[in-house]
Amino acid sequence: MQHEIIISGFGGQGALFAGQLLAYAGLAEGRHVTWIPSYGPEMRGGTANCTVIISDEEIGSPLVRRPTAAIVLNPPSFDRYEPLMQKGGVLLSNASLIAATSKRSDIRALPIKANEIAAELGAAQMANVVLVGSLVAITDVVRLETLDAVLEEHVSARHRDKLELNKQALRRGAAIAQ
Amino acid sequence: MTRELWKGNEAIAESALRAGLEAYFGYPITPQTELLEYLARKMPEMKRVFIQAESEVAAINMVYGAAAGGARVMSSSSSPGVSLMQEGLSYIAASEVPVVLVDIMRGGPGLGNIAPTQADYFQLTKGGGHGDYHPIVLAPATVQEAADLTYEAFDLAEKYRCIVIVAADGNIGQMMEPAELPAPRQIDKRDRGWELTGAVGRERRIITSLYMQPEDLEQVNVRLQGKQKQIEQNEVRYQEYLLDDAEYAVIAFGTAARVALTAVKWARAKGIRVGLFRPISLFPFPYARVAELSKKVRALLVVEMNAGQMLEDVRLAARDALPISFFGKMGGTVPFPDDVLPEIEKMVG
Repeated sequence: MQHEIIISGFGGQGALFAGQLLAYAGLAEGRHVTWIPSYGPEMRGGTANCTVIISDEEIGSPLVRRPTAAIVLNPPSFDRYEPLMQKGGVLLSNASLIAATSKRSDIRALPIKANEIAAELGAAQMANVVLVGSLVAITDVVRLETLDAVLEEHVSARHRDKLELNKQALRRGAAIAQ
Repeated sequence: MTRELWKGNEAIAESALRAGLEAYFGYPITPQTELLEYLARKMPEMKRVFIQAESEVAAINMVYGAAAGGARVMSSSSSPGVSLMQEGLSYIAASEVPVVLVDIMRGGPGLGNIAPTQADYFQLTKGGGHGDYHPIVLAPATVQEAADLTYEAFDLAEKYRCIVIVAADGNIGQMMEPAELPAPRQIDKRDRGWELTGAVGRERRIITSLYMQPEDLEQVNVRLQGKQKQIEQNEVRYQEYLLDDAEYAVIAFGTAARVALTAVKWARAKGIRVGLFRPISLFPFPYARVAELSKKVRALLVVEMNAGQMLEDVRLAARDALPISFFGKMGGTVPFPDDVLPEIEKMVG
């Protein structure tokens, strides 16, 4: 099984970090992983995205045009990736910012008010982590417990006080997607 | 050692340190900058020399000087920066000092853009600077291979006293993948008989690229060409995938090869007997193996992230033995497997 995931949002929404979480978790579970960021001349308010592949087999192309799953955090990302989703793919959109919904019947599209959920927990900037939780609940790409361990390892000292909140955000995201 | 998640640029930097890099000179340029930043952080702590030069021109000449002094030395840059270094590289090639250079290729010509390409193939493999010389050019396709080839590049540079270039596209510099980096090693600091270490108590040595007498310069060129022949005999590297029973073959290097491999597997699933040939050494190019391959299969498809540069070497190797088609993406746009699959189907006809 090969998961080809794109995570996209405004710079600052944590699209790249969310992708790294998944990549580190994939590695911790002994899978093959690649993580590629968009590294264009981004500016504040511009869109940043990354492609993460997690696979049981060696990964050929690290570049993906049509993802099996996507987390879109802002409207431009929804517009860009919704039409590109593979049949049967999972599209998680941040309904706090994205009014549009998918008309496609061949994908599983789930709008989730991730900003509000994160804000209820106490930190609106965890919307990305909420949606990673949702993704894991739907796709089983990695296990939640592995993500906990990855968070413990990779949340910087400065944000150490947010560690438990992040774990809760994962679980809230997972619960709402189930 | 354990597998860790490394960004390509940082894996190359760490691997160079573990290979015994003593001195680094460079100038920042996207998409290579993390490499320089990593070394800027680590090298002062390790009491090694890191200098951010005022330009690429200055950096390559500092590299030249440090190499002449016998230091294990490297620089890194991206396409426009590497263009600026070409004069210095030609001097280095003529002076026969060992130097490692990393080119994390971006869009060109001109200032171009910062997106990944493979459009420096001609410049890197055919010399780049003036005069008759070729650097050894190694093209990794994964972060692991980028680390391994960088480590090995220092040995090759010293073995042949030549330039070794690690040529990766921006994707490999920016991508994170699991890799197990080579172990740190001590370098052998024995006098090798040519480096400039102060002539106290011994004959003086001269490192130069200036030979005013044509006969003298001819001798230098003859020596360089002899070394190049040895390199062509000893240092050809490539990898083959699914070629044993193949009726068709795709040839690609670096990221393009990975994209092509996925397309090859898709084509296999449709019953097409196709394989992939991936040159790892771009110079020396695996001419002999491509020539053999071109007698074995019915057609070749070359895939590159440029307008068709390695394509010319494939044609040189294959002569007119079989039809050769080409698919390329330019300007920093990247190929996807679903672009390459129809090209394979077209080749099959």
